Amino acid sequence: MNPYNYLYVAGLLFTIGAIGVVVRRNAIVVFMCIELMLNAANLTLVTFARINGTLEGQVTAFFTMVVAACEVVVGLAIIVTIYRSRRSASIDDASLLKR
Amino acid sequence: MLTIQTPETILFWVLAPLSVLAALGMLLVKKAVHSALLLAFVMITLAIFYIAQDALFLGIVQIVVYTGAVMMLFLFILMLVGVDASDSLTETIRGLRPIAITAAIGFGGLMISLIARAKLGHGAFGLAEANKDGNVQGLAKLLFSDYVFPFEVISALLITAALGAMVLAHHQRTSAKPTQREQSIARFRQGTLGTAAGLPSPGVFARHNAVDVPALLPDGTPAPNSISATLKARGDILETSQFELGEVDKTVKEEK
Amino acid sequence: MVTSNSLVYLIALPLLGATILLLAGRRADKWGHILATLMSASSFAVGLYQLSAMLGRSTEERAISQKLFSWINVASFQVDAGLLLDQLSICFVLLITGVGTLIHVYSISYMAHDENRRRFFAYLNLFVAAMLLLVLGDSYLNLYVGWEGVGLASYLLIGFWNQKPAYATASKKAFVMNRIGDMGLSFAIMIAFATLGTVSFVGVKEASHNASQTALTAIGIMLLVAATGKSAQFPLQAWLGDAMAGPTPVSALIHAATMVTAGVYLIVRSNFIFDAAPTAQLLVVIVGAITLLFGALVGTAKDDIKKALAASTMSQIGYMVLGAGLGPAGYAFAIMHLLTHGFFKAGMFLGAGSVMHGMNDTVDMRKYGALRKFMPITFVTFGLGYLAIIGVPPFAGFYSKDLIIETAFNAGGAKGIILGGAALLGAAITAFYMSRVMILTFTSPQRWDEDAHPHESPILMWLPMAILAIGSVTSGFLFARGDALAHWLQPVFGEHGAEHSEEHLFSPIVVSAMALVAVAIGVAIAVIKYQLSEVAATAPENVSIFTRIARKDLLQDSFNEAVFMRPGQALTRVLVKGDDVVIDGAVRGIGRTALGAGSALRTSQTGFARSYAALILIGAIALIAGIWVVTQ
Repeated sequence: MNPYNYLYVAGLLFTIGAIGVVVRRNAIVVFMCIELMLNAANLTLVTFARINGTLEGQVTAFFTMVVAACEVVVGLAIIVTIYRSRRSASIDDASLLKR
Repeated sequence: MLTIQTPETILFWVLAPLSVLAALGMLLVKKAVHSALLLAFVMITLAIFYIAQDALFLGIVQIVVYTGAVMMLFLFILMLVGVDASDSLTETIRGLRPIAITAAIGFGGLMISLIARAKLGHGAFGLAEANKDGNVQGLAKLLFSDYVFPFEVISALLITAALGAMVLAHHQRTSAKPTQREQSIARFRQGTLGTAAGLPSPGVFARHNAVDVPALLPDGTPAPNSISATLKARGDILETSQFELGEVDKTVKEEK
Repeated sequence: MVTSNSLVYLIALPLLGATILLLAGRRADKWGHILATLMSASSFAVGLYQLSAMLGRSTEERAISQKLFSWINVASFQVDAGLLLDQLSICFVLLITGVGTLIHVYSISYMAHDENRRRFFAYLNLFVAAMLLLVLGDSYLNLYVGWEGVGLASYLLIGFWNQKPAYATASKKAFVMNRIGDMGLSFAIMIAFATLGTVSFVGVKEASHNASQTALTAIGIMLLVAATGKSAQFPLQAWLGDAMAGPTPVSALIHAATMVTAGVYLIVRSNFIFDAAPTAQLLVVIVGAITLLFGALVGTAKDDIKKALAASTMSQIGYMVLGAGLGPAGYAFAIMHLLTHGFFKAGMFLGAGSVMHGMNDTVDMRKYGALRKFMPITFVTFGLGYLAIIGVPPFAGFYSKDLIIETAFNAGGAKGIILGGAALLGAAITAFYMSRVMILTFTSPQRWDEDAHPHESPILMWLPMAILAIGSVTSGFLFARGDALAHWLQPVFGEHGAEHSEEHLFSPIVVSAMALVAVAIGVAIAVIKYQLSEVAATAPENVSIFTRIARKDLLQDSFNEAVFMRPGQALTRVLVKGDDVVIDGAVRGIGRTALGAGSALRTSQTGFARSYAALILIGAIALIAGIWVVTQ
């Protein structure tokens, strides 16, 4: 087998995440899809680290994880705040930008 | 030069389809809780992939941080927010779904074909050399030497995010919380006295006293507002008609 | 040349005073005027020290210079901010700081009731500093800085009471007309750099020996334009009368004694250019002769005492320009007349201020009369100035003006006759209108309003007047005795400096006699017309056409209005229209395009985050497709 196969998996997962962001309406599920995309990216980083024989890719994946954690924390706080004022977790209800 | 052993190949061919299927399931299931569980499964398979690819530290972090902390946070927020119409899978924005699916297929196809076409110019090296002192030691050397500045910056980011989340989630009351006395007065002052005594508890006068069984009013009809709104939203409510009393004896005189 | 480090203090002291007063604001109201006066006085003290040091050196080493810093250092264009103090500059330095200090003292009392007295003194100090820079600069560019500085100070001080729209307009008029002259000076500097490659006095002087006649004539004419602007000479003289809107001490210092003579300084300083460019020199004498008659004629018709004196200033500077245009023979006499004029005209302006002070700020001479009894000191000091200006021996004006008339006659041929005649006629008219001022103000029967209570001014005001009066009595004699000033200035003007023309048309005695006769005629007419006959308290309306024209400044303003202002306004209107249609139209068109595009694109904004996410996805596809195509 070839380590490139991991890249195909990552590509598929990323694509699924992207569809999810567009299609799903529940803000929490949208967030999960974003997490899935970030994880797919991490998988490519780890795979490339292995292909290139250096640990730089893993370090970058580590940083990505921390950033993803930050993003989840803030994003979920925003969802809670929106939910508190609008009584809804649907991102279609938060469409004030239009007006 | 790296040669991949058979066990890893087997591992890959078993777990990779499973993870893709789980991801698809996450996309398609209706309830957010199920999505979260499927995502947790995908993350665990990824953690196994990491460990299989000589990234022991990242694999453990993936399990601890993602499946442990982040996914639990997701579930916690789900619990807080509850269930509502946003779980519905029917599309409300006209034309968005075909566009999204077409775009995604194009995106995935292009990406796969690009990966297939890409040539690195050399085979895979493997991490045996880089990990000779241990994966954690190797990562630590890099993190605390070449990457120490990004490392510090990212720690500042983490702290800032934590503070930001606290500020966002902190709810400042604009008015004093109503006391029991005020609530009571408000109940009596509203239009009807029907609810002045408070809502009936579920199961009152009924043949079952479970929380998902509505109370019965004195005339024998069920009272739907005796059941928690959350149960109603989830649809976890039993059919009320089966609890109605067929006949009420109205001939009994009231004794003075 | 000897260098020195102390020249800069001459300028720095008053500049420091101005800076402190302007920055300190109201906090300095209590002591600001004292500080300003001390700064001016200490600058005068430095000037006196420099004079004594200069007297101690031999003739060749009297000029000293100081390099402050390297100002412009671009390829072949090298200008240092440097100062030059020579025999010519020191005369001006002492005149500016000396008369300036006296006027500072006078203003302490004169402006005592003005709530903006501190600002007034700040501007006065600023003026002194700028004027000193003008006369001390060692290149045309340094002079230009001072030139603009005095223009600014003049603008600020004419419009000092700018709450009155007429005064604000007067300051604007002075500023705009001065700009025309300033353009002349900047053109002169540009031509000098383009053709001679340098702008310093020394450099230009050396380069002028082998420069082309055309270039020197062009520079000379441009310098003359500059001088006509600053010194209120024909045809740029119209601003001086309106400049009397400023407080009277300003009129005395800036618009009589010092700033307006800057043009004469410029011509005299550039003697090497005019000596080598006869055409430009001829224009100088023509301008001088026209102005001296012009000013004198305007002076006969003015009822406003300050405007009459302003017309007289114009006329007297005409004499100086005439003298300066007469070449090597006349430079020293121009400077001598400038210095004596500085004394007597400043004294007379201060006297006019004193009269106004006692007469509720009335300026109409027809409302004066018989003030001799009420203001004896003012009468005496003003009278001494009067005797000096009309040229009665042995007062200052007699020496200086006579020498100019004499030199004019000696210019040779028809030119000499015409110029000498004009100067002589001017002297007669001067005697007439100054006698008119004197008689109307002091000796004729009283014509003032009921509520006027004329009184003598306080000592702070009459003391400077007295000192200036002493100057106007003695300075002419001191300067002229044995050609003292001419010899003193000789190194500046080169070898011919003090050389008297050998071919006399008339001998000096005859010229003096003719001048005295002319003066006597002028005085006699004035006495008959104003002392011995009744004077109306309001200006009569049914007067001859000539009087009316003279009252309107010989139609100079109407001419400017018809020839320059109205076509200028029409041109401006056309340009405004063009600006509105073409430039603004283009700008508005861009705005409208953006607006239209915005409202067209607005419909694509649904406000749904998911549709934006879909657009991002499409963008990512485009990117990947691009990579896919490129890496084919």
